Amino acid sequence: MKTCDLAIIGGGPAGLAAAIGARKAGVENILILERDSRLGGILNQCIHSGFGLHTFQEELTGPEYAARFVEEVQQLGIECLCNAMVLDLAADKTLTIIHPERGIFTLHPKAVILAMGCRERPRGALNIPGHRPAGIYTAGTAQYLVNLEGKMPGRECVILGSGDIGLIMARRMTLEGAKVKVVAELMPYSGGLKRNIVQCLEDFDIPLKLSHTVVNIHGKERLTGVTLARVENGVPVPGTEEYIPCDTLLLSCGLIPENELSRGAGVDLSPVTNGPVVNDSLETSIPGVFAAGNVLHVHDLVDYVSQEAEAAGQSAAAYLAQAGQKKAGEIPVRCGSGIRYTVPQKIRLESRIENVTLRLRVDGVYQNKRLSVWAGENRIYSKKRRALAPGEMETIKLPGKTIPDWTSVECLRVELEEI
Amino acid sequence: MEWKLICIGCPLGCELTAQVEGGEVRSVTGNTCPNGERYARKELTNPTRILTTTVRVKNGALPVVSVKTRGEVPKGKLLDCARALKAIEVAAPVALGQVIVPDLLGTGADLVATKSVEQA
Repeated sequence: MKTCDLAIIGGGPAGLAAAIGARKAGVENILILERDSRLGGILNQCIHSGFGLHTFQEELTGPEYAARFVEEVQQLGIECLCNAMVLDLAADKTLTIIHPERGIFTLHPKAVILAMGCRERPRGALNIPGHRPAGIYTAGTAQYLVNLEGKMPGRECVILGSGDIGLIMARRMTLEGAKVKVVAELMPYSGGLKRNIVQCLEDFDIPLKLSHTVVNIHGKERLTGVTLARVENGVPVPGTEEYIPCDTLLLSCGLIPENELSRGAGVDLSPVTNGPVVNDSLETSIPGVFAAGNVLHVHDLVDYVSQEAEAAGQSAAAYLAQAGQKKAGEIPVRCGSGIRYTVPQKIRLESRIENVTLRLRVDGVYQNKRLSVWAGENRIYSKKRRALAPGEMETIKLPGKTIPDWTSVECLRVELEEI
Repeated sequence: MEWKLICIGCPLGCELTAQVEGGEVRSVTGNTCPNGERYARKELTNPTRILTTTVRVKNGALPVVSVKTRGEVPKGKLLDCARALKAIEVAAPVALGQVIVPDLLGTGADLVATKSVEQA
């Protein structure tokens, strides 16, 4: 059986940054496993700009952002195997891999970083009634067809869901000559960035209908139209139905971390993030298996994916250097009022608090709140936020204030407070 | 004339109202910080954007190459620029950063490749 120190599953932004982080922290024998024929992951099809403002202080397109990381991986001499699909991850970290030239083979790494990213919620997960004609795509599939294959999925388009990929594709389809008739969003607010609402919809006079959804799909062989209706309290309102002829329906209805391999290995998953439960070293419930990027929780900015993944690479290096050392235990991070989730969900007792980064999302739209972290009776972090929304991930770097006695603290609690 | 727009500066998304007379922005209200006023003035007098799209590739490992304008172009010219690029085909290999069209439609911005495409 072939061995390596660290295997990284996925060669997208998370996998690349994790490999760089691990190599710079001293890990010699690293292997990146990528199922596509080239590195870069989803960035290759995200040809719009807006990437890298935090990392490089300039606005790059997705392929340009990926190219910088691929170049660094190559300069560092990190081994990559493309066209390599990981079929199974066992609890003892044995990987079963299939590759067109090497066939099926196994690998036994000492540590693993999960960097498989996420995928889109498909039609089957959305409970839309009606026929199953051709012409219904996830926004990301349409993005792949247009930007990598140079093919147009259709001419007259309706988009369901106002996530960023849906908004980006509304502009993309318009630039390629299609007519985008409407973007319908089930929620009373858009899940996309303001910038994308303005630059992808308003710039091209594409209407956004909030609190609307698709209640019927028409056409047998090919989509001929959809019926939209207004939604109140999660239920379509009778009498508000509107038929819209179209040949294409794009779905931008949320992303799900891709954790089939994690589940197979027995990694504990969070029902809220749909990603692994991790401690502050981004280690999952299996020692030596780490996770970062969209497989852990869905991010809004790739810059944050890169930061998180680099930290996971450093953690894997520390794990490899201190293999077999006993741990002091962990305390949970609990979500108080207004907080939907945090990553990590646990803090190791041996951690220095000033090294802990908490990433979180709130559970609704809020203005003028205090975001606080409590350790027992001590408020160890507090900051006023003018605006908070579920679509914008918050990052907290805990200050190096000493907590009186770690062992007496049962948990950390994050919450929104009135000012 | 009164214009309404949403500031994109931060998640707050202030709803701005601007009074415009004779192509000149007289006042901006609704903003909660100076960025809002700056944004409204730029958007109402000279809105510009980076154009990102694709161009066909001849004999490439990929059928299209992603491109962007190096610098911003007037918002009103985005569709014209995208339409003009339909007629263009570039021969592989294409290098990242290679100029595909200099001074796109007289905007002063060069169109450059944002990825490299090897020969098929």
